[in-house]
Amino acid sequence: MRRRGLSFWAQLAFTLLLCAFLVTPIILSMLAGVTANYFVGLKSGLTLRWVEEVWRLYADTIFLSLRIAFACLGCTLLLGVPAAYALARRQGPAARLAEELLMMPVAVPGLATALALIVTYGGVGDLRSSWLFILIGHVLFTLPFMVRSVLAVMTSVDLRTLEEAAASLGAGFARRFFGVVLPNCASGILAGSLMVLTLSVGEFNLTWLLHTPMTKTLPVGLADSYASLRIEVGSAYTLVFFLMIVPSLILLQALARRARSNP
Amino acid sequence: MPSNFHLDAVPIRLQACGKSWEGGGRALEPLDLAIRGGETIVFLGPSGCGKTTTLRIIAGLESPDPGGRVFFGEEDVTELPIERRNVGMVFQSYALFPNMTVIENVAYGLKVRGVPRVERAARAEEMLEMVKLGEFAGRRIDQLSGGQRQRVALARALVVRPRVLLLDEPLTALDAKLRDGLRLEIDRLLRQLGITAVYVTHDQGEAMALGDRIVVMAEGRIAQVGTPREIYYRPANAFVAEFVGTMNRLSGEARNGRMRLGPGFGVALASLPWSGPDGAQEFLVRPEDIDLAEEGGHFDARVAASVFLGDRTRLVVETEGGQPLTVDAPGRADFARGQSVALRLDPNRLLTLPA
Repeated sequence: MRRRGLSFWAQLAFTLLLCAFLVTPIILSMLAGVTANYFVGLKSGLTLRWVEEVWRLYADTIFLSLRIAFACLGCTLLLGVPAAYALARRQGPAARLAEELLMMPVAVPGLATALALIVTYGGVGDLRSSWLFILIGHVLFTLPFMVRSVLAVMTSVDLRTLEEAAASLGAGFARRFFGVVLPNCASGILAGSLMVLTLSVGEFNLTWLLHTPMTKTLPVGLADSYASLRIEVGSAYTLVFFLMIVPSLILLQALARRARSNP
Repeated sequence: MPSNFHLDAVPIRLQACGKSWEGGGRALEPLDLAIRGGETIVFLGPSGCGKTTTLRIIAGLESPDPGGRVFFGEEDVTELPIERRNVGMVFQSYALFPNMTVIENVAYGLKVRGVPRVERAARAEEMLEMVKLGEFAGRRIDQLSGGQRQRVALARALVVRPRVLLLDEPLTALDAKLRDGLRLEIDRLLRQLGITAVYVTHDQGEAMALGDRIVVMAEGRIAQVGTPREIYYRPANAFVAEFVGTMNRLSGEARNGRMRLGPGFGVALASLPWSGPDGAQEFLVRPEDIDLAEEGGHFDARVAASVFLGDRTRLVVETEGGQPLTVDAPGRADFARGQSVALRLDPNRLLTLPA
């Protein structure tokens, strides 16, 4: 076996140290969620009591967050993929300007966007008290990420010539779009979906202003529980959040990897 | 090799087809052109000459300016979009679908046409055999070399029995050795299938080897239409003479049935019998049409540069008057710089441009 030099071990130690620095707070927080009494410490015993409490108090916020996240994904797919396609096909300065404008919601603070939404649409029907109001905010915030990641793939595969080839073989627009354009952008669409889901589930800034007592999402509930309840409950909540988000992240990553290696 | 596979030979006619860009400016001056059924016609010219635009107008990827019409046989296809023209297209960048295997790519046009699965597979396989890629059917596109990709693209374009095959610089992305092999294969396929083919290239070697006729284009206009021999030996104008092959220009003066070459340089290069009218005349002569003479040359020149090309040695010589000439000598002949050579001209091999 090859002998490894000092620099290898030094780098390994540094990497592990950095990982520990980042991961420790997360582990401690999750542990706190299953500790009987945080102030006594682990010797007070492990319990699922706090997790049950979270489920009793906040199950609806979890389901609302999931509902909003998937609805948001649906909207960004329906809006973002065609938008990216249009931007990829058009080369003029107008298209580049549209591309820049699309990034605006990312640059503007979430609170400002939320306030603008409330001022403009807060009075429209029952929108203010509906979960759809939060959905609108989330779509606004996540759409640029979908467009960017799809556009990046679209501009790298010479879509125009592929489409011309399909057209020369007799394929009309719908057939070209679904049979050639979409499959060849699958990796970008998956990457964008991953981004949108995680951003939507974790979004706090916008949602905090847009929510009502009836439309609390998971991060809002989390802030709520940290502010008003025992630290064990907040920690258990974090634990639930992780259990929810990590498996879906791993699944999407695996899908994206498959799409890349087998386009 | 299936011998019954033969395609219809559809003639194509362009009538006053021009193309202006949105921002003004013309890519193509209105042109008329008749392409015979079954003929391979090559558009040849430098980049920006309008050859690709013409191809795209025939394909239906661009529409001509108002007034222009495109006919496939008797049918006016000007208003038909490309997907309804039934053309086969081969691109410089191959444009194979990366999300499909080789056989799926070839079968795509048949699938679009609703050909049943079994027949589809059989026809696609037959076509793959024709381009000698039978055993590659299940491969992914990124597992093929450039030459193989272009052969798949050819099979994909031909399997739907198009009315015309359009090839846009299909060999440009390949390296030289592959290019020659694939060029021969394309030639064989086109002859065998009898299909009308339009081929765009900037490479005159390709144009000469493949074209039944060549359309030389320059600045959005047709400079000359003719067989490769006509283009090479009877250039219609100065552009074609300069663009195709290498050409020497000599000025001369005819009087009383004799031609004196090179009076413009103070020294007569040669005095030859001449049957044309009297007066000043410009001559063109190919490097291979100037002969090295053992004795009795028409004029002497000094070797300024000598390049060994294998099959021949290309010399740049200077006459006494300082006129540079390009001359081809046999490959085995070796020359030193400054060496004096005696050269002969054959009056029958001098070319003139139409006045």
